[in-house]
Amino acid sequence: MKILVCISNVPDTTSKINFTADQTAFDTTGVQYVINPNDEFGLTRAMWMKEKQGALVHVATVGGPAVEPTLRKALAIGADEGIRIDAEPTDGLFVARQLAEVVKNGGYDLVIAGRESIDYNGGMVPGMMAAMLEMNFVNTCISLEVDGDKATAIREIDGGRETLETRLPLIIGGQKGLVEESDLRIPNMRGIMMARQKKLTVVPALDAAHGSRDLRFEKPAPRGPVKLVDADNLDELIELLHKEAKVI
Amino acid sequence: MSVLVYAETENGTFRKNAFEVASYASQLAASLGVEAVAVAINADHPEALGAYGIGRVLQVSEDRLKTFNARATAAVLKQAVSQAGARIVVTSSSTDAKYAASILAGLLKAGYVNNVVSLPEPGESLVVRRTAFSNKAFAYTELLGDVSIIGVSNNAFGVVENPVNAAAEAFAPALADADFGVKPVSVDKASDKVTIADAEIVVSGGRGLKGPENWGMIEELAGVLGAATACSKPVSDLGWRPHSEHVGQTGKPVASNLYIAIGISGAIQHLAGVNASKTKVVINTDPEAPFFKAADYGVVGDAFQVVPELIEKLKEFKAQNG
Ligand SMILES: Cc1cc2nc3c(=O)[nH]c(=O)nc-3n(C[C@H](O)[C@H](O)[C@H](O)COP(=O)(O)OP(=O)(O)OC[C@H]3O[C@@H](n4cnc5c(N)ncnc54)[C@H](O)[C@@H]3O)c2cc1C
Ligand SMILES: Nc1ncnc2c1ncn2[C@@H]1O[C@H](COP(=O)(O)O)[C@@H](O)[C@H]1O
Repeated sequence: MKILVCISNVPDTTSKINFTADQTAFDTTGVQYVINPNDEFGLTRAMWMKEKQGALVHVATVGGPAVEPTLRKALAIGADEGIRIDAEPTDGLFVARQLAEVVKNGGYDLVIAGRESIDYNGGMVPGMMAAMLEMNFVNTCISLEVDGDKATAIREIDGGRETLETRLPLIIGGQKGLVEESDLRIPNMRGIMMARQKKLTVVPALDAAHGSRDLRFEKPAPRGPVKLVDADNLDELIELLHKEAKVI
Repeated sequence: MSVLVYAETENGTFRKNAFEVASYASQLAASLGVEAVAVAINADHPEALGAYGIGRVLQVSEDRLKTFNARATAAVLKQAVSQAGARIVVTSSSTDAKYAASILAGLLKAGYVNNVVSLPEPGESLVVRRTAFSNKAFAYTELLGDVSIIGVSNNAFGVVENPVNAAAEAFAPALADADFGVKPVSVDKASDKVTIADAEIVVSGGRGLKGPENWGMIEELAGVLGAATACSKPVSDLGWRPHSEHVGQTGKPVASNLYIAIGISGAIQHLAGVNASKTKVVINTDPEAPFFKAADYGVVGDAFQVVPELIEKLKEFKAQNG
């Protein structure tokens, strides 16, 4: 089984979000980049398939040279080979088209992407890829078992979960549940050393259409201070929620 | 040219978000001077969308779609786009709608933005405001291309009544076997509960509640308010509550009118997922808990005293205010 894990390079979850002075771009000053958490769950699931089922695992990112440390981290965790598609990941449609090409040329049986990137929150790349490649697709995937070309997946639905059956080739949009937080791996010294020797191919981007363009950004208006209500005076809270906030 | 809206149904009935996206689509269509057309799959009363300004409904009756299927739904929508000559497709931000819309975007090579919080700005191009960076910012995003898909954030727009006569017409899109390549086997879902996606009020508990055995009062508070229940990540990691209740940056997003956080510290990753809620109430013993900085109303106190008392007082309030 040949697996491609699509990795989006995102600011660490604790990053302060700021924009450039003209508000048109994210200000990367001092920001730590990490493997998108949804993709890290998927990568770990792929590692298990490598160890138990002998799968070959490649990782791919659409991005400039600055994303390579994130790809190297994925290699240090255990992926066999990395692919960087050399282009700015400006929008989902463009990124999906680039990744779809890698999938097509690489003959992957399983493509593991994440439910969404935690920075721009697109939530679209895996579904778009699935449509472009006419592959089966399970989104918000929280469990995946593959046996031959049969796959059983569980996806999260609003208010519960749904079990699905399908066949490879398959794309998933994964998230926590594929593996648990405690299963995530921190690269060790040996992994980091080995990652340096692993193949990281840079491929040029295709000329592809853009679906959207972020023009400018804005931070939410600063909120007023919290109104504290005494624990002995909950009537006041109800009054505020009813009359002031008008939510009950 | 028209605006097409995907009005989601469940067991023949429209989901609440269907009325919100219908309201959004009909206002958008009116501002552009074009027709608003809805697609309804297996809806018992498609004309119900007329209340929200939808004059034309493409009614699909398809047994294979009695259970949701994302790719087949995307195939239906793609054909409806041609049928209605649509340039814009409006969907909700439910889990199912996002799933189908991402596939539809790939089929149509369309731009797609979700978490949209307002109608497009007036102008030549289509520019929408949406939340990004896990609710820590807004982006103004321009949609390019011939067809664009707008995913409206839950509760961002509201349901707006604007009664017109809705004419339903039978619509029978062609579906291939490959569209059903992912087969639903079983669903595990409490059918009597409000889901986080649909809820106007969400009551959420954190590690401060000490254990799963203490969730009775959370359920009861939610019951009194007609709210959905949710939890912080450690609570679902510990198995106290199901994963589907985990909210935050790596969990479900919450965009309710009221979010009540009980025994939740307010870590940045938690806030990222709930900041889109309009009014936030925090109940926490620790006045220094970071959540107080992100909340509208706060009670510094022990949940085990505050919550039962709040339940009693709310019952009285409900009895008086209907
Ligand atoms: C990559 C990453 C992603 C993450 N994603 C998420 C996410 O999506 N969602 C999420 O929630 N977290 C997420 N986290 C975890 C997050 O950092 C916090 O650890 C978590 O939100 C804390 O949960 P909590 O508030 O329930 O628990 P705690 O931080 O332990 O807080 C418990 C609170 O309860 C209060 N308390 C105690 N007793 C009482 C009482 N009797 N009455 C009232 N209050 C009481 C305490 O004062 C405290 O403030 C993520 C972390 C990482 C690293
Ligand atoms: N630039 C990228 N390179 C590789 N994979 C990506 C990229 N952007 C998004 N993805 C994948 O698509 C998923 C969903 O991303 P998005 O649609 O941007 O929210 C991510 O979790 C990744 O698996």
